Amino acid sequence: MSETSKRGVFGWLDDRFHLAPLVDYMRHKEVPVHRHSIWYYMGGVTLFLFIVQLFTGILLLMYYRPGAESAYESVRFLMNKVPFGWLFRAVHSWGANIFILFAFVHMFSTFFTRAYGRPRELTWVTGFVLLALGMGFGFSGYLLPWNELAFFATKVGTDIAGVLPVVGDAIKVFLRGGEDVTGATLIRFYAFHIALIPAIFTGILGVHLLFVQRQGMHEPEFVSRQPEGEKRTMAFFPNFLLRDLFVWLIVLNVLLFLAVFYPWELGLEADPFASAPQGIKPEWYFMFMFQTLKLIPAHVLGLEGEMLGVLVFMLAGLAWMLVPFWEIRTRATGRLKPMAVIGFLALGFIVIMTIVGYLV
Amino acid sequence: MAEPKRSRRSFLNYVLGGGLLGWIGSVIYPVASYLRPPAEAGGDVASVKWGPEGDFRPGTSAIVKFGRKPVLLVRLEDGEFRALSATCTHLDCTVQFRSDQRDIWCACHNGVYDLRGQNVSGPPPRPLGPYAVNIVDGDVVIARLEA
Ligand code: HEM
Ligand code: FES
Repeated sequence: MSETSKRGVFGWLDDRFHLAPLVDYMRHKEVPVHRHSIWYYMGGVTLFLFIVQLFTGILLLMYYRPGAESAYESVRFLMNKVPFGWLFRAVHSWGANIFILFAFVHMFSTFFTRAYGRPRELTWVTGFVLLALGMGFGFSGYLLPWNELAFFATKVGTDIAGVLPVVGDAIKVFLRGGEDVTGATLIRFYAFHIALIPAIFTGILGVHLLFVQRQGMHEPEFVSRQPEGEKRTMAFFPNFLLRDLFVWLIVLNVLLFLAVFYPWELGLEADPFASAPQGIKPEWYFMFMFQTLKLIPAHVLGLEGEMLGVLVFMLAGLAWMLVPFWEIRTRATGRLKPMAVIGFLALGFIVIMTIVGYLV
Repeated sequence: MAEPKRSRRSFLNYVLGGGLLGWIGSVIYPVASYLRPPAEAGGDVASVKWGPEGDFRPGTSAIVKFGRKPVLLVRLEDGEFRALSATCTHLDCTVQFRSDQRDIWCACHNGVYDLRGQNVSGPPPRPLGPYAVNIVDGDVVIARLEA
């Protein structure tokens, strides 16, 4: 016992876990300040919305009863009888959508500022996996109230997985828990939504955040070209963190506004032996893929159009995930940057197809 | 001197590697089998009774539960019955009879079939499979078509 014991709670912990270097690290972490700094908040907002989802999701679990006979009834009970049940359901539903929206914004902002490049390749890859998992959250959660729209949307969505060659049918049966969308599907989606995806997501999110903390924020090219004297930065702790919290507060208020003034509908209960109603559509973040599949002719070069479409989307997703590894580099002076063009094409395609999907 | 040592090492590597593969397989196999749901009873019905013929008004339709599958039973204006699989051949939605258009329609992506189940327009790639309709003791009975 050579060290003299330090005082206070922090001292007690520091004695045992050597926290001082970590605190020191945080204190010296700097966030670049420039005209595109606003994008640094997008990942944090996504993180905050994930926490909101965890919180409201656990509240919903207190009343939700999975099963084809009980799910719809339990959600109706929650909305009509449980104090503020409607509110927590609306926050969870709106939150899910805004969460995906911000994950997309965050992804494109790191794409266009080229934050994905060395040494942040794996930050990008883990981020992409998080977005894919986030969409899995949405797809599985959509079915849980067991209403008509979700029932048929799930039939269509899982049937699309079934068009894949060789593995398609096995994937469909795995997702549905059988040949058809039934109560067995609902139970599986429940397990995905509340156990499997959250567990994987939380682990990968931890890694993603660890990478970000370790490497610090990326400086866009126009900043790194500035002479050292002209660069401005801000301390991560407490300055940047406090701004983060302020942005979260704004987002929380927007979320509450939406939930209170545009409560989430429940719709009609699913009936597997009724005809599909009009207006079956996937959630908006699947719309661009769905709309593209609709536009592909039934047969292309002897292949089934749907299958071709799904394969192309999978390849495009894979290429997007691996962007840091095949990035086309150009000299800083070049006018037209190929990666920016690719990014705008991807973004434009997603936006236009989404809009077209809602118009027709 | 070094030779036998190296081969002993690579032998051990094979044993350990093989053991690891076997171990992984013995975990994956039961998990994958577990995730494949066993076939449920009640899937293979031969026929289903709807009810008395007189209760089915001409120009209307009903969706009948045939085992686990929905079947669309239509009665034309002239009194003739038609039964077709109600599962759209596009992406699995459930179709409906439109008496005003005299066709069968899928609301999901606007697929249209004629009253014999032939796909006429929209995305459906194949016709709807037909079923037999018989009147047995005054009751409408739907049956699987003998192949
Ligand atoms: C879905 C949930 C996600 C959460 C909760 C999340 C969270 C965060 C947070 C808090 C940061 C630090 C602040 C910031 O840069 O905005 C960050 C950085 C980053 N994220 Fe994410 N993220 C998510 C998804 C994604 C996605 C989809 C991608 C891209 C495919 C991605 C790629 C990155 C990159 C490259 C950085 C480093 C940015 C930099 O250093 O400038 N993240 N993430
Ligand atoms: S599922 Fe019937 S038209 Fe698409």
